[in-house]
Amino acid sequence: MTPTDLTIAQARDLLAKGEISSMELVEAHIDAMENNRDLNAYITETPEKALAMAQDSDARRAKGEGNGLLEGIPVAIKDLFCTADTLTTAGSHILDGFKPFYESTVTTNMWRQGAVMLGKTNLDEFAMGSSNLTSYHGPAINPWKARGDNRARVPGGSSGGSASAVAGRLALGATGTDTGGSIRQPAAFTGTVGIKPTYGRCSRWGIVAFASSLDQAGPMTRSVRDAAIMLRAMAGHDPKDSTSADIAVPDFEADLDKGVKGMTIGIPKEYRSDGMAPEIEALWQQGIKWLEEQGAKTVEVSLPHTKYALPAYYIVAPAEASSNLSRYDGVKYGLRVEADDLLSMYEKTRAAGFGEEVKRRILIGTYVLSAGYYDAYYLKAQKVRTRIAEDFHHVFGHVDAILTPATPSAAFPSEDPPSDPVSMYLNDIFTVPVNLAGLPGMSVPAGLSGEGLPLGLQVIGKAFDEATVLRVGRAIEQAADFDVRPEGY
Amino acid sequence: MASTIEGATGTWEYVIGLEVHAQIVSNSKLFSGASTEFGSEPNTQVSPVDAGMPGMLPVINMTCIEQAVKTGLAIEGTINRYSVFDRKNYFYPDLPQGYQISQFKQPVVSEGRLVIEMEDGSEKVIGIERLHVEQDAGKSLHDQDPSHSYVDLNRSGVGLMEIVSKPDLRSPEEAAAYVRKLRSILRYVGTCDGNMQEGSMRVDANVSVRKPGGELGTRCEIKNLNSVRFMSRALEYEALRQIDILESGGKVDQETRLFDVGRGETRSMRSKEEAHDYRYFPDPDLLPLRLEQELINGIAASMPELPDAKRHRFMAEFGLSPYDASVLVAEKENADFYEAVAEGRDKKLAANWMISELFGLLNKAGKGIEESPVSAAALGELLDLISDDTISGRTAKEVFAEMFESGKAAGVIVEEKGLKQVTDTGAIEAVIDGVMARETQKVEEYRSGKDKLFGFFVGQVMRASGGKANPKMVNEVLKKKLDG
Amino acid sequence: MSFDKTTIARISRLARIATTEAEQERLAGELGGILAWVEQLDEVDVEGVAPMTSVVEMNLKAREDVVSDGANAEGILKNAPKSAHGFFVVPKVVE
Repeated sequence: MTPTDLTIAQARDLLAKGEISSMELVEAHIDAMENNRDLNAYITETPEKALAMAQDSDARRAKGEGNGLLEGIPVAIKDLFCTADTLTTAGSHILDGFKPFYESTVTTNMWRQGAVMLGKTNLDEFAMGSSNLTSYHGPAINPWKARGDNRARVPGGSSGGSASAVAGRLALGATGTDTGGSIRQPAAFTGTVGIKPTYGRCSRWGIVAFASSLDQAGPMTRSVRDAAIMLRAMAGHDPKDSTSADIAVPDFEADLDKGVKGMTIGIPKEYRSDGMAPEIEALWQQGIKWLEEQGAKTVEVSLPHTKYALPAYYIVAPAEASSNLSRYDGVKYGLRVEADDLLSMYEKTRAAGFGEEVKRRILIGTYVLSAGYYDAYYLKAQKVRTRIAEDFHHVFGHVDAILTPATPSAAFPSEDPPSDPVSMYLNDIFTVPVNLAGLPGMSVPAGLSGEGLPLGLQVIGKAFDEATVLRVGRAIEQAADFDVRPEGY
Repeated sequence: MASTIEGATGTWEYVIGLEVHAQIVSNSKLFSGASTEFGSEPNTQVSPVDAGMPGMLPVINMTCIEQAVKTGLAIEGTINRYSVFDRKNYFYPDLPQGYQISQFKQPVVSEGRLVIEMEDGSEKVIGIERLHVEQDAGKSLHDQDPSHSYVDLNRSGVGLMEIVSKPDLRSPEEAAAYVRKLRSILRYVGTCDGNMQEGSMRVDANVSVRKPGGELGTRCEIKNLNSVRFMSRALEYEALRQIDILESGGKVDQETRLFDVGRGETRSMRSKEEAHDYRYFPDPDLLPLRLEQELINGIAASMPELPDAKRHRFMAEFGLSPYDASVLVAEKENADFYEAVAEGRDKKLAANWMISELFGLLNKAGKGIEESPVSAAALGELLDLISDDTISGRTAKEVFAEMFESGKAAGVIVEEKGLKQVTDTGAIEAVIDGVMARETQKVEEYRSGKDKLFGFFVGQVMRASGGKANPKMVNEVLKKKLDG
Repeated sequence: MSFDKTTIARISRLARIATTEAEQERLAGELGGILAWVEQLDEVDVEGVAPMTSVVEMNLKAREDVVSDGANAEGILKNAPKSAHGFFVVPKVVE
């Protein structure tokens, strides 16, 4: 088997048996990265660092020490995580040349568990987007193509580079971040697995902030088991993040294969209402059937405020972002457009440094927080958010997990994205409520669209019950037996 | 002591409210582990959190919150067990995050009060609207380079308490008394060192004028008054400026003004001209601050005696005058020193010696009480020598000057210089006899009714004894002999 | 919600982002569209509902008051577009 085709679990076992070295794994990936630069999955490749880390890992193993969860495993890091002395761009022009002297907690945890960094992956600028088209470094490309259609497809976003790298066999796994669907939507678009854990499960320290009350890091992998392994390595309480949960991280792999027998799975009726595409509806029904066949009970549940999640999100997220992105002002790091006076320096720097979507969101956020509008927009949206969280809370009184489609469609062509901002925002219609309620959600590949593009199902769980989410995801994965891969990768 | 201003159209009164920014005494910053020490090299006390680096997050320093609670209790405020940190958004080079973490709608302390005492002995209660905790900004230096400003972030993120008074102050004197009293309280509880020169305490003043009892006028905010003296001058100037505008039919613009110390004027701040729209919202990086009642109770139980209580005790128990008590309690170090001196001794004598002698020499030497060459114990020993008639009060002043100069103990100086008071009746009688024998003419005059000469005899006897005769005994014996 | 160029000019100034008149025109349309769309929130009854303050129930954790960070002027300044003598340098600020 080609090293780049392995899952993390397989690579782990081969490494343990001494049948492959971390060096071999890394070298194979470096080759794959060089050969597939057309995917534009990476903004920065760090082959030298990867080789050095692999060498260290192999040395540890030789001494009988290397027993980390990700020992010797080459992974890609979304370029939203600060990595010490390595360019960190957030997909933006405004962070030009920025090399932090600190390392994010999540990546620190992963290196401590023996992982090896291949490079930093492409993303929508400041994680704002569902297509990867807003990256200053050019769009990442989805390895998948529709049948009989050679047009490049978007890998989704914002973690599009990570999705593309994992689907294109350019990394065994990758980190993503998810504010409104930024792990799950690209996972669905690329036939990969992506889990956004409960808010507070992974530390946000050292991750460039988009919307602080919604941002969460999570793994993107080619199997549910890999997601379980990687999440465990990433997660954990961090005293440097006041919103990090002081809750023990379980061995997510332990109960992975215990099945769904006896579980109750909620099927929210409100997710059906918005003129759902027939093939998405069919996929969902198929998912329900798979779970029932494995002994789960499915019940219709109601999440009445679902339709208000997206508009509430598009107030809360831009408001927080407008404030979080104020620090990019040309004074301390990154781009500066020189001017004679301070105000012009600020205005020119930020006009040149931010792309259109980021500007749009900063301006919306500025507006909804401004004097006279705060109550009507921001406060109202936070109240609606309480309603949405209550909806989930009620439902989780009697179900173990919720099953929905991950996205309303398959990946669209890069050259033909939804024409206006609101249509683009609708990509996240199924994923956004989960962020607003802070719950764990996972996208699992479940089938192909009529055009031959991957589609995903979403499993939503109770707070800090990622174990159940993964278990349900594993059941779907087994039933779906999704073994197709993008042609040529 | 409200003071009014006579304008061309009649009498005007001041309406003043003060916002005091007091730097919290803590080792590390409000939301980061960088040091708060003053005066270090630029940008050497800056964590990536304080520099607004990407991905950095704040974590609250609990000591800063406890200090705020302590201060809240000292100003008799309500401690809110639920308060919220908000972001105040604006752009400025010394504000690296682009927002200041502060408390807007739900501060940690609300509704306090503070009593000020005026020079005429009157008291007035000044309401305190709120006390909230916030981050300090960095420092911009504007005069290092003709076209650039330099930014040092050492102060960025240091914890501050903003203490906002109600507009209850009616004169620059009241404002000054308020600031001094607040400073005294902060230093008593150890939550702020009150050092205005180093910027540990900064005052912004809101000032308007009105006809007494009339409608409130439009106010102006004067920024960054870094001494009580400058504040008083700025308030006087600003009130006159507003009266001039109003009396010539104009309208006062609500604006932020800066006090120009050199010119003694306030002027409009260009950089703040733009309409403020701080877009406050709860900081999503922090959770609401919930305080356990136990924590508050614990802090309440550990509160030191505050200046007002101490002043009343000095008056009621020690019999000190209101003035003496006020002077002694203003600084905790003085009050502690005084109590050490007065312990087991004559309280009024101790107070007099502290205020007129010790403070006099310290002032002249430009020293604070903590640098006093005479310790409380040493001063106490001196007072004991007065009380047991070893030396007279007059001699004691000489001895004290010597103690202040040389640091020697009172007993040693008295011994070395032979200043011990003569209390032997026989010896005193001998001196008196000598004087009476010399001044027969004056004795005659006295005995024929010129009572006023008694003082002359006392002086002669004291001089003849080299100042060492006990004055009380001299009086007694002299009286007996002259009248006899 | 009608959204005009003046509003865009005001908020882009607040956000310190220079915008040309043409951009203001375009943004007025885009933002107007987005804000019209979010107005459906008015349908939700939020009477007596507390705004979300933290999505997961937990208490604010605090730090010990110890100096554990900071002495790294070089690291703080190394990415600065302009610095001198240990300071960040910006165009002159007029007060």
